[in-house]
Amino acid sequence: MVEGLIGRKIGMTQLFGEDGRVTPVTVIEAGPCVVVQRKTAEKDGRESAQLGLVDPAAAKRANKPQRGHHEKAGVPPTRMRREFALIGDDEVKPGDAVSVGIFEGVSNVDIVGTSKGRGFQGVIKRHGFGGGRATHGSMFHRAPGSIGQSASPSKVIKGMRGPGQMGNQRVTCKNLKVVRIDEEKNLLLVRGSVPGSRGSALLIRRSKSGAQAG
Amino acid sequence: MDVIRSIEAEGLKPELPEFRSGDRVRVHVRVVEGEKSRTQVFEGDVIARKGGEGLKATFTVRKTSGGIGVERVFPLHSPNVQKIDVVRHGRVRRAKLFYLRGLRGKKARIRERRVR
Repeated sequence: MVEGLIGRKIGMTQLFGEDGRVTPVTVIEAGPCVVVQRKTAEKDGRESAQLGLVDPAAAKRANKPQRGHHEKAGVPPTRMRREFALIGDDEVKPGDAVSVGIFEGVSNVDIVGTSKGRGFQGVIKRHGFGGGRATHGSMFHRAPGSIGQSASPSKVIKGMRGPGQMGNQRVTCKNLKVVRIDEEKNLLLVRGSVPGSRGSALLIRRSKSGAQAG
Repeated sequence: MDVIRSIEAEGLKPELPEFRSGDRVRVHVRVVEGEKSRTQVFEGDVIARKGGEGLKATFTVRKTSGGIGVERVFPLHSPNVQKIDVVRHGRVRRAKLFYLRGLRGKKARIRERRVR
């Protein structure tokens, strides 16, 4: 079996429990995916499967090398392909379909996405620095302040937090609770938020850390 | 967006009374105290409705209790909100009546709206 698959973030909503308690959930369209390539220890140095997110529009866009790659597996072209590790002993062949059903009985998942880009940001927004007083002649507002000492050490130590690009980077959310699985509609509902904007691609894997029932 | 709507549809209450800002309502709330649960009634004026038609919709009820203003925000579709009675319709000129927070006594009254 494959440990995860590719999905797309749809958006967030909330669900009411019996006791009226609200659970915030993210709705994810998870899959369906197909196995495009099976990587083996002899040939590729590891046992894994390359999955492609089924995408009807992909056939028009695929170039020749991509077409050839998919033809080998006997599947229509896909745009989004990622490699996933294998778990269990069940054999996985190219052309196999992978659906959200693989998370049946799985209590927690890890989700990888690309966070929303915020551009080049200062130190207050990016790292939560306090900043200075706005008025009373403070003259120190949103600047980072001191970044080190003088003659010794005569340099800025590595890893000093400063202004720069914020967001638009790979983020992993670990141990998100699976709230609901709808195999028919390929939907996965997890508790809490997930990186990225609506419609952005996500990698969903069986959780590696923490409690895993089943 | 349609997908979210279809998920929310399962939790929507099939029947809800029609009410808007300025109306006086009696909200029957389930309160759980340890093992027992009972129903509490909160009566006051609706000063805001938020969230539109979806499952996340809420409304804010304000009442004056012993000279002190009390506001509660209820999720419209929460199972804890068991019943909403509309006591009286109010005639107001805005959707959010936050200005009532600064008024007391006679000034904080809402004119009645005759329906049909």
